[in-house]
Amino acid sequence: MSSPLPAPLPADRSEAVFTDYKLPPAREHAIAEANRCLFCTDAPCVNACPTRIDIPQFIRKISTDNVRGSAKTIFEANILGMSCARVCPVEVLCVGACVYNNMDSPPIQIGKLQRYATDAAFEKDWRFFEAGPDTGKSVALIGGGPASLAAAHELRRFGHRCTIFEKRSVLGGLNTTGVAPYKMRADQSLREVEWILAIGGIDVQLNTSIGDQVPLADLESKFDAVFVGAGLGADSALNIPGESLPGVVGAVQWIEHIKRSKATLNGVSRCVVVGGGNTAIDAVREAIGLGIPRVTMLYRGSEAGMSGYEHEWDAAKQQGAIGEWKALPTAFEGTGKVQRIRCQRLDDAKKPIAGSDFTVNADLVLVAIGQSKLGQMLGSLSGITIDKGRVITDARGFTGRNKWYAGGDCTNGGKEVVNAAAEGKAAAHGIHEFLMTTKRT
Amino acid sequence: MADRDINTSTKPDLRVNCGGIKAPNPFWLASAPPANSGLQVQRAFEAGWGGAVWKTLGTPIQNVSSRFGGHTIRGVQGAGFNNIELITDRSLETNFREIAETKRLFPKHAMVVSLMVETRQEWQDIIKRSIDAGADGLELNFGCPHGMCERGMGSAVGQEPKINQEITSWAVEYSTVPVLVKLTPNVSNIIPHGIAAKRGGAHGVSLINTIKSIIGVDIDRFVPEPRVGGLSTNGGYCGSAVKPIALHMVAALAREKEFGLPISGIGGITNWRDAVEFILLGSSSVQVCTEVMLKGYRIVEDMIDGIENYMQEKGFATIDQMVGKAIPAFSEWGDLDLNYETVAKIDASKCIGCQVCVAACHDGAHQCIHPNKDGSRVPIVDESECVGCNLCQIVCPVPGCITMQPVTNGYQPATWNQHVHDGKSLRPKKGAH
Repeated sequence: MSSPLPAPLPADRSEAVFTDYKLPPAREHAIAEANRCLFCTDAPCVNACPTRIDIPQFIRKISTDNVRGSAKTIFEANILGMSCARVCPVEVLCVGACVYNNMDSPPIQIGKLQRYATDAAFEKDWRFFEAGPDTGKSVALIGGGPASLAAAHELRRFGHRCTIFEKRSVLGGLNTTGVAPYKMRADQSLREVEWILAIGGIDVQLNTSIGDQVPLADLESKFDAVFVGAGLGADSALNIPGESLPGVVGAVQWIEHIKRSKATLNGVSRCVVVGGGNTAIDAVREAIGLGIPRVTMLYRGSEAGMSGYEHEWDAAKQQGAIGEWKALPTAFEGTGKVQRIRCQRLDDAKKPIAGSDFTVNADLVLVAIGQSKLGQMLGSLSGITIDKGRVITDARGFTGRNKWYAGGDCTNGGKEVVNAAAEGKAAAHGIHEFLMTTKRT
Repeated sequence: MADRDINTSTKPDLRVNCGGIKAPNPFWLASAPPANSGLQVQRAFEAGWGGAVWKTLGTPIQNVSSRFGGHTIRGVQGAGFNNIELITDRSLETNFREIAETKRLFPKHAMVVSLMVETRQEWQDIIKRSIDAGADGLELNFGCPHGMCERGMGSAVGQEPKINQEITSWAVEYSTVPVLVKLTPNVSNIIPHGIAAKRGGAHGVSLINTIKSIIGVDIDRFVPEPRVGGLSTNGGYCGSAVKPIALHMVAALAREKEFGLPISGIGGITNWRDAVEFILLGSSSVQVCTEVMLKGYRIVEDMIDGIENYMQEKGFATIDQMVGKAIPAFSEWGDLDLNYETVAKIDASKCIGCQVCVAACHDGAHQCIHPNKDGSRVPIVDESECVGCNLCQIVCPVPGCITMQPVTNGYQPATWNQHVHDGKSLRPKKGAH
């Protein structure tokens, strides 16, 4: 097994200033909250969870102080249950589905309870799963993010050997490089990676790009199956004049920078984040948290039309975020570095209003208008369908080409960690069935 | 018109007379830690309690450390409660001085003194001293099921009707104030014990005392609770969880023709609703201990205005009008109408879709509530299979969402007894296939 784990993260990296915005519940609180759970039949919270965690069951176990059993229930469904407890938008998933919402009572704080149980598992280093007896089969996994980790862990339980190819020097994908640090810091993600890899038998090849360093054909010939969990690519660009000026950065790239190293923010007093999605809101809250005095979100649409979660934007506003709505950047301007954004005002149909030019001052611009899709990397393989950059699969991750499976952001276009975990696990089941029903050649 | 306080001219009269013991309201402290001392009872009377049964007097004892145990049900602490504390551990002189002081400060409140001694002479002496101190009534503690019974007192007396009757007759002989006998529930049938007290000349009975119990086990130390060092012993179970047992014993005596004495009801009373239930089943006063231990004396405020509002709504002017009102409806199973039929109805506008009723009905009843197949989470009741058991209504978290509604099935009422003796026809069974 080569380079199992990367070098530790620098202690003075920028994200280290962030602390948990939602503290884990104390035992007393957890038990009291767990006792409120109605133990619904065919519970809506479970149906709202992509990984179908048996939520009433894990909550009942918390109520009886069977925390170990509770954690096992969670991890049995979702091996990334620790990070999901921190980063899931529970307001629109399990908590949003809680039946208490239907009687105007506060819903059960499922995320907090999941964190209570999973944090205990990590604190006490409980292990629940063992690798299955060796099947002699091997699976290559492209990308080392949540989808591949979930897939690899499940494949190991079946007894298949796994090799993860990761182009970065760290595993965990966006859990490590992209999650807002007030939800989960990079070191916590790496701890989770280590905990998952402890099942054993997962070879990790870091700093390895598939396609460039390892041809796709090699994977196909050397492994019995391939799982593609490559995630998304670089930040999309606006393609307007001045975008190459220093100080104009892709938001995902910038977030990775503050999570893995110490960012220099000297002289930055006005930060503008371009976009209206959740990455944009994260970047806004992170810029505020790092002490930038004036942070503005600049979006083409209206405040109500943002694709980012309302509860996240509300939190950003409480922290002092400013909104600039119906604004279309037309150019970045400045001498030697960005100083202002030239914009046009848009009407309700998002059409520019003639003569509405204005500028917004900025010395740091974070462009958060999406990420490129990586599906084209598989474009040379016949039988795989790519739609607008996304790899198309069936419900169990099968791409249509023998041996090839996929899941996570590269198939869903960019969703939550919990979706990647669910898709990775589902693909592992698809792969297992395929491996155990095909003859060895 | 705005909802105002009850008009004083129609304000219900809460005064009670239980076996000759008069009080401004039916809410009395039971003989227990909340009625241990003068300052406590005075604070209770100030808070609104109508009477107190002083913590049992006798030869002062020595208590153990670790005396109480709580039974937690789904996070509700003290839903059941037990204790291994004995009678007073303070000197009789101190107790009688404080009783006299309290009676002087609160002359209209009921001051009942609970007693437990062994010999006839001891009974004579302690009764005289209690009455001299100002007792309005006496309560003979024939109920305590822990510690004292090992010494031949408490429930050891209450479980033997002959001894009960004999000691009661001594007390009645020596007393110039009414005598209540406090009965133990640790018997298979309460009636002979109530009748023994009556034959001894008692003016009334109070029940139930606590139920012999082990409240729990420390599963790390392998010792029952409450733990005294490395050992434990059985205690007396009380609190909300025992209310159903107490209600049954109160009602069993209240409807017994041969009995006919006033009853002071005790056992798991936590609020005015519980009190009303005890009164409707024949209690003319009620005694409360555990809920006061858990929440303090001020719970009596809600008890008083809760019962006043209830009486006003129902048109009761006095407590007496309510006493035993539900006794005629407490019947034998064989007299229940087997042709009376109800089915569960779910109010879709109130249903929150938890489907707890589905699991309860499928796993614990008659498999007649089913998930809705049309995408709604409001379950469907198969009324042709519903036996009207009430389980779904009990588990439903939304008040008023599930109701049990009578069905007109065309059958004349028919009890089991009528069916057996008169051949009355019964409707076809449901859910019995």
